[in-house]
Amino acid sequence: MKTRRRMNVATYVALFPAFIVVVFAYLGTMLWTVQISFTESKLLPTFAFAGTRQYERLFATSRWSISLENMVIFGIGLIAVCLVLGFLLAAALDQKIRFENTFRTIFLYPYAMSFIVTGLAWQWILNPTLGLQQYVRNLGWTDFQFDWIIRNDRAIYVVIIAGVWQASGLIMALMLSGLRGIDQELWKAAKIDGIPTWRVYVNIIIPMLRPTIITSVVLLSLAVVRVYDLVLALTGGGPGISTDVPAKFILDYLFGRANIGLATAASSILLVIVLVIITPWLYYEYFRPKRERR
Amino acid sequence: MKQMTKALFGAAAMVALMAGPALAQEPLKLEVFHWWTSGGEAAAVQEFAKEFNAAGGQWVDTAIGGSGSTARPIGINRIIGGDPPGAMQFNTGTQIDELAAQGLLRNLDDVAAKEGWKEALPPAFYEAIVRDGHVMAAPVNNHGQNWLWYNKALLEKNGIAEPTTWDEFFAAADKLKAAGVIPVAVGGQPWQLNLMFNSILLGEGGKDLYMKVYKDLDPAAVTSPEFKKVAETFGKLRDYSDPGNANRDWNVATGMVISGKAGFQFMGDWAKGEFVLANQVAGKDFGCILGPGEKNFVMGGDVFIFPKLKDEQGTKAQDLLATVFMSKDAQVKFNAKKGSVPVRLDVDNSKLDACAQIGVEVLKDPAKQIPATDILASQDIVQSLQDVVGEYWATPTMTADEFVGKWNDTVAQAK
Repeated sequence: MKTRRRMNVATYVALFPAFIVVVFAYLGTMLWTVQISFTESKLLPTFAFAGTRQYERLFATSRWSISLENMVIFGIGLIAVCLVLGFLLAAALDQKIRFENTFRTIFLYPYAMSFIVTGLAWQWILNPTLGLQQYVRNLGWTDFQFDWIIRNDRAIYVVIIAGVWQASGLIMALMLSGLRGIDQELWKAAKIDGIPTWRVYVNIIIPMLRPTIITSVVLLSLAVVRVYDLVLALTGGGPGISTDVPAKFILDYLFGRANIGLATAASSILLVIVLVIITPWLYYEYFRPKRERR
Repeated sequence: MKQMTKALFGAAAMVALMAGPALAQEPLKLEVFHWWTSGGEAAAVQEFAKEFNAAGGQWVDTAIGGSGSTARPIGINRIIGGDPPGAMQFNTGTQIDELAAQGLLRNLDDVAAKEGWKEALPPAFYEAIVRDGHVMAAPVNNHGQNWLWYNKALLEKNGIAEPTTWDEFFAAADKLKAAGVIPVAVGGQPWQLNLMFNSILLGEGGKDLYMKVYKDLDPAAVTSPEFKKVAETFGKLRDYSDPGNANRDWNVATGMVISGKAGFQFMGDWAKGEFVLANQVAGKDFGCILGPGEKNFVMGGDVFIFPKLKDEQGTKAQDLLATVFMSKDAQVKFNAKKGSVPVRLDVDNSKLDACAQIGVEVLKDPAKQIPATDILASQDIVQSLQDVVGEYWATPTMTADEFVGKWNDTVAQAK
């Protein structure tokens, strides 16, 4: 008992610097940000209290509501497609095919590229006068049309396509390592019982991959909340403001437009959204009463 | 005692070392912070560095790549954090308001008075550097923002003369369209669209409307039929551009005019650098128009501010640099390479190219010196309005009335 307590003290001492960093660097700056959002700050932070004026303006700005909407569409699209595609690719690679290493490298390769490069490449591919559309038209199908990148009701889906291209390789790698962790005996047992392969995947394998799936969702969600460079390089937030995202809105107002008050108000709202989504999930995953071990 | 002597000797030696350079007429060292990194820009800024070094200074170059919106926050953080550069670039206009109001900048009244800045500058530019009666920045260049560039060979081939009115412009555009050429090369980024919009606002709507809209932020001017007509003309241009304009960079659009894929481009005079890089000559291979319609010159540009420094040498160096920036010689050399026109109206302009000559000629009339939006309104308002223009351009179903309503809402919120 005594040794245990001593060890605890040592642990706390060792953790103390990290604790200080968390309190001041993370919580401190968060509080400061929230505080600034209630002021009249423009280029420089000031403490002239402005009440909720910044928030009123924020929600009266159509660019902000479009940004939030886009984040939701992009988030759902990216996470859903990446999970499905990543899993299918991993399951395909798990069939002990030839050249598995080669394929794995190919699928993982896009993840090695920055979002800026991804965005630029897809901007050229999808540009209707330079890229895919013109290429197919030149081949003879002159009616072929794929101009989503210039249509303001479709351009956000182009962002999803580029995002999926970049991120699904990573999800595949995660899923593949999850699949490799599954005991081969299980497959043999299922085969003996005559269970069709798809049932094994749906009812046994996927539930067993739960931790992997959760990791993937967390990683992808982080990418969704902070998506900035991809949009900047791919569409520049356009056509018009139709593919704008919160991070771009915040950075534009923070730097270019010298309006710290409005930018911090937007950041605070983003923080609240993240907390509202993540808190129940964190509670569910880590703090709920543990089931009794069998 | 012995130790004491030693320490004294040490201290004396240190003092001697520190005082040494100052006594020996060390060049006046000054760190200059800017974001001119592209080929032509870097060559232009070298001209200033050369002049400064020749005048007894020592130019310490801190160039931050990317655009002003990347570099400015870095510089501003340094100024607030107490480690200011000796001089820092800003765009002419409201960007320096708060730094000046917070007392972080030196006033240059003495230099300005000695060198006669007030007489040499266009009045709007002088106003743009004065805060509360004190000169707070040194202007370096004057970039015309409302140019219309065109491919001369292409227009000649299609039998089109240089358009002087908007009707002639659209007639020319129709001819180009019929010939299978993209009439107008558009870069569909909000700031570029806004430049194009402002060209129309000035050319078709006129100077008074422009000033009412941007300077007085007058809602009645925005709802006027004249402004709506401008909005409709702007919307009409959608039919004269190609579908690939979304998020196109300005230099790519300029490239389309150079290669003859497109006829016209609305862009500031920095586009000239692209033509020159492609070995084209102003007035021979490519033409330039201020307008069409009412001929005005929209003046934007860059200034340098001088943060308050603690050491006297640095302050002296700042005085020297401010003098060099505005000297006639440096102005001509720098602006010839930068593509802009000198801020001083009293310099020898014979070395400038054909387009800059047109600009200088128009600038002689004070009534045609139009301040850019950056000078008239805060960045918040200017850039929020760019969003509105961008949204209108990308949404062909949006009516001019909706556009006008959005414009006024945006201004009301950002004011």
